[in-house]
Amino acid sequence: MAEFSVNGTKHVFDGDPETPLLWYLRDLAGMPGTKFGCGLGLCGACTVHLDGVAARSCQTWVSDLDGVEVTTIEGLSEDGNHPVQVAWRELNVAQCGYCQPGQIMQAASLLSETPDPSDEDINASMSGNICRCGTYPRIRAAIKLAAERAGQ
Amino acid sequence: MNTNVTWRNPARARVTNVSRRGVLLGLAAGTFALSVQLPRRASAEEEKLYGGAGMPGGVKDDPRIFLTIEEDGTVRLLCNRAEMGQGVRTGWATVIADELEADPTRIRVEQAPGNQDLYGNQNTDGSRSMRHHFQALRRIGAAARTMLEQEAASRWDVPADEVRASGHQVTHANSDRSFGFGELARAAAERDVPAAEDLVFKAPEDFQHIGKDVNNVDNLDITTGKPIYGIDKQLDGLVYAVIARPPVYGGKVKSYDDTEARKVPGVIEILEIDSPDIPSAFLPLGGIAVVAENTFAANKARLLLEIEWDAGDNQSYDSAEYRKTLEAASEQPGEVMRNDGDVDAALADAAERISASYYLPHLAHASMEPPSATARFADGKCEVWTSVQAPEALRTDLMKRFELAPENAVVHSMLLGGGFGRKSKPDYASEAAIISKALDGRPVKLTFTREDDIQHDFFHTVSVERLEGGLDENGKTVAWLHRTVAPSIGSTFEPDVVHQSAGELGMGAVDNPFDIPNLRVENPEAAAHTRIGWFRSVYNIPHAFAVQSFAAELAAAAGRDHKEYLLELLGPDREISRAAMNDTAVYGEDPELYPYDTARLRKVIEAATEAAGWGRDLPEGRGLGLAAHHSFVSYTAVVVEVEVRDGGLIFPRVDIAFDCGAIISADRVRAQLEGAVVQGVSLATLGEISFKDGVPEQSNFDGFELTRIDASPVEIHTHLVPSLDYDSPLGGVGEPGLPPVAPAITNAIFAATGKRIRALPIRDQFV
Repeated sequence: MAEFSVNGTKHVFDGDPETPLLWYLRDLAGMPGTKFGCGLGLCGACTVHLDGVAARSCQTWVSDLDGVEVTTIEGLSEDGNHPVQVAWRELNVAQCGYCQPGQIMQAASLLSETPDPSDEDINASMSGNICRCGTYPRIRAAIKLAAERAGQ
Repeated sequence: MNTNVTWRNPARARVTNVSRRGVLLGLAAGTFALSVQLPRRASAEEEKLYGGAGMPGGVKDDPRIFLTIEEDGTVRLLCNRAEMGQGVRTGWATVIADELEADPTRIRVEQAPGNQDLYGNQNTDGSRSMRHHFQALRRIGAAARTMLEQEAASRWDVPADEVRASGHQVTHANSDRSFGFGELARAAAERDVPAAEDLVFKAPEDFQHIGKDVNNVDNLDITTGKPIYGIDKQLDGLVYAVIARPPVYGGKVKSYDDTEARKVPGVIEILEIDSPDIPSAFLPLGGIAVVAENTFAANKARLLLEIEWDAGDNQSYDSAEYRKTLEAASEQPGEVMRNDGDVDAALADAAERISASYYLPHLAHASMEPPSATARFADGKCEVWTSVQAPEALRTDLMKRFELAPENAVVHSMLLGGGFGRKSKPDYASEAAIISKALDGRPVKLTFTREDDIQHDFFHTVSVERLEGGLDENGKTVAWLHRTVAPSIGSTFEPDVVHQSAGELGMGAVDNPFDIPNLRVENPEAAAHTRIGWFRSVYNIPHAFAVQSFAAELAAAAGRDHKEYLLELLGPDREISRAAMNDTAVYGEDPELYPYDTARLRKVIEAATEAAGWGRDLPEGRGLGLAAHHSFVSYTAVVVEVEVRDGGLIFPRVDIAFDCGAIISADRVRAQLEGAVVQGVSLATLGEISFKDGVPEQSNFDGFELTRIDASPVEIHTHLVPSLDYDSPLGGVGEPGLPPVAPAITNAIFAATGKRIRALPIRDQFV
């Protein structure tokens, strides 16, 4: 059994211990903001924060989450105005948008650890997240914009 | 002659709306009486229809169908085309905002359910949504605006020409009075819809939104994780399914044992779905379905199934062998699809002859949202919520499969997490419906895992393109022979299709604009051994790769600058008739309206090369590569700067110039071009699906690799050709950016290293 929180709300899980957090969120907790992309930790679409740090929810067993604070895209900010979300909208990053919750969660985690990331930092942090629409140049620009704002 | 394959479902039922009454500017869902009638057979004498009018269901422009204005002024706009990231919802709102004189922030775009007869054609494919609907959207907006103005004028008892809509209200300037749209809407909706010929449209120089940068209307939902995609649908009592499908196309279940699978906690049901005979068109592939309380449990149980398959005739499909088959076919003459002058004589007389063979493997679509659908088949009614490019194809399948009246086959279109052509084929949604029915109406969400997606795609074709050219003593190209050998998409719909269709050949093979007196295009046979389907840009990808690579090879053979030589090949500015190129497809457009305008291709070549600094000195290991291509009646040129460093490829800069005619949402057009560049880099450098023993050798993003941010071009500069001519036909946007990217890359690698790459993916061939 695991007791943990998702976006500040307490959750208790005692199902199949191998159940990935991804499918717990999407199918059992009714929170489909976290996206399924590959199931193998290869694409980053399912990225959430565990105690504030980006992690692939498809590679995280719910049974391992005892005492952990999970944050999903639905809870990244109260009003959708996390600096990364704002920058994403301002630069119209998204095309289909499906990978963007994962990209945003990864970028938010990057900026919390590296407030002024270099291109190399961005490559290192973000290359686990695939965007099939090809929005990478705008993702890079939006991360820099959010960093610039935060630094002001 | 070549087989011009059409793939219509012969039992397609036609739904006719026999009673329609507008309520509050439309959206009167549930008030329509529907009947089914047999399709009318087009007689030979009937005039051929083009563009949107030539599509099944045509284009509708009744504002009462598409617009609702609520009393608080909120404008609800129904978008009848699928949104898959191309920005169609934003484009729809942009046009309506201008012609209705509405505040764009007060327009809420909603997705129309699948109903072709009510909403017009909904098949979101072929880069034609805005091309076919721009004028209709203008009429919708202008008609609704006129009705609002007439209502206000009538209330004030002043002539209609004294009132004016602007900024979401109607004003009578003479008396300084105004009404908000919401105050007028209910009564305005009762007024007659003005005839199209009486409408007055906004002048393009007065556009406030059209042609400008408009924010993506879905930005907030996307960035906050709202459940907007088909895979996100939630319903009470929902259960979750995956299917073990035949690994080889055409295979069937011989026997299976689900004893162990049923022991997995949460498993609800395991059932067999019949496999179709092939070619199987859009039909589900059959197999063993596992239904469970969540997708993880269903997947876990699926791994424990023991299934014996009858693999069928395609079990020997082997990509390495098949490439040899295609190459052998390309060495022999094929059906002649275009024949100018005398190529054989010109080649025989040429001062120099060169030839080259280009290979492109299969590709998978791999949209980030894999195919998924939720279905509830209860009380004789089948409802499906899904991401689908062709809702009518799904609806038709449901009606036919389950013998449903049209009102009992309901397709709710949700947003697509990418489509790229995969979601034109709704096999996954049919699967969800089949399972829900088998479970007596329990709602079922069917999900393709990534492995399912990549292994059971409708793959992009595989191709060998053989080019031969003859140069005269001055280095001028006097002969051009192009043999294109690739299985046709038609093979997925009809047996024994071995030739490309006119539409496929009209994607850069026969519609060759080069000013070469002796030019022949041949199409030898190629039989398919897997499901082939539309992939963004379709046959333009192999054709453009070959033609634009070979043009560069001819320039090199002549010792000439590639850009200058390409412009010479293109010849003097002229409009080439489609008939002169034996291009009978023209993307479904009227050949009279859309001749091949070589000046437009020249101008994008000049724009891209100028912006990229063509001819500038570059350090060792760097090169500039150029390619240009017409597709979807738009014109694109790309210049790629490549750096070969430490055994890797870096793309410091890409310039892409684009002419699609007049532009609706400029920022979304740029986004499509940027995305096309990245997707082009991905397919050129990494993209390959290969078959062994009839099965794809790739199954997830470790095998089918996609370009990531660290390998993406650092800078992508887009250059749009400006136009205020909103009355001339528009070009497509979603697809035409992609085809020239791959040859621009390999041409750049040639410039940087002298190494000519003729087979994709590039991987490390440049080393």
